[in-house]
Amino acid sequence: MARIAGVDVPRNKRVEISLTYIYGIGKNASQNILASANIDPNTRVQDLSEAEVGRLRQVIDENYTVEGDLRREVAMNIKRLTEIGCYRGLRHRRHLPVHGQRTKTNARTRKGPKKTVAGRGRRKGK
Amino acid sequence: MSRSLKKGPFVSPKLMKKVEKLNATKARQVIRTWSRASTIFPQMVGHTIAVYDGRRHIPIYITENMVGHKLGEFAPTRMFRGHVSKTEKKGKGRR
Repeated sequence: MARIAGVDVPRNKRVEISLTYIYGIGKNASQNILASANIDPNTRVQDLSEAEVGRLRQVIDENYTVEGDLRREVAMNIKRLTEIGCYRGLRHRRHLPVHGQRTKTNARTRKGPKKTVAGRGRRKGK
Repeated sequence: MSRSLKKGPFVSPKLMKKVEKLNATKARQVIRTWSRASTIFPQMVGHTIAVYDGRRHIPIYITENMVGHKLGEFAPTRMFRGHVSKTEKKGKGRR
């Protein structure tokens, strides 16, 4: 059991939380799904009946882009930006922050681990 | 904050006039512009617009995908050529 929207198998947690293991569904979306499928968010996944799981699948299939499809959509959007050569696309190409953040310091998520450069440091004292 | 929907997207009226004129005469000609803030309209597809980057006009061929972006997004204003190497730095350093 507990195979919803492809491969995800979160068990023995509350449904509300388990659903968020699916790529593209956060807590908010999860709550909305459960409300429209008429399921108590506090029940454990293993306690769900087959019919309830079916209803969940149906709601997700009909209203949400999820997992592979969503990943493809995001990748396509980025690809479009890089191909037309706009500023955001250039930032994606270089793996730098896209939304105008500072890059003098920080931005480590995009830039990856620090690369030590010789001759840095000992600057502040002047 | 995004622009009010009531106003619609911004294009410099002068630029739009030039585009319309080219469309009417079916002419293909590079349009020079300083208006980086102008939104790209469907009418501009297929034209080449030279957008000012602070130094030169960079010619940009407008494709369908670009509609809805601003002209300035396609003409970067900063050019980063890498940091100064150590040996060079010594010459014009602090002392």
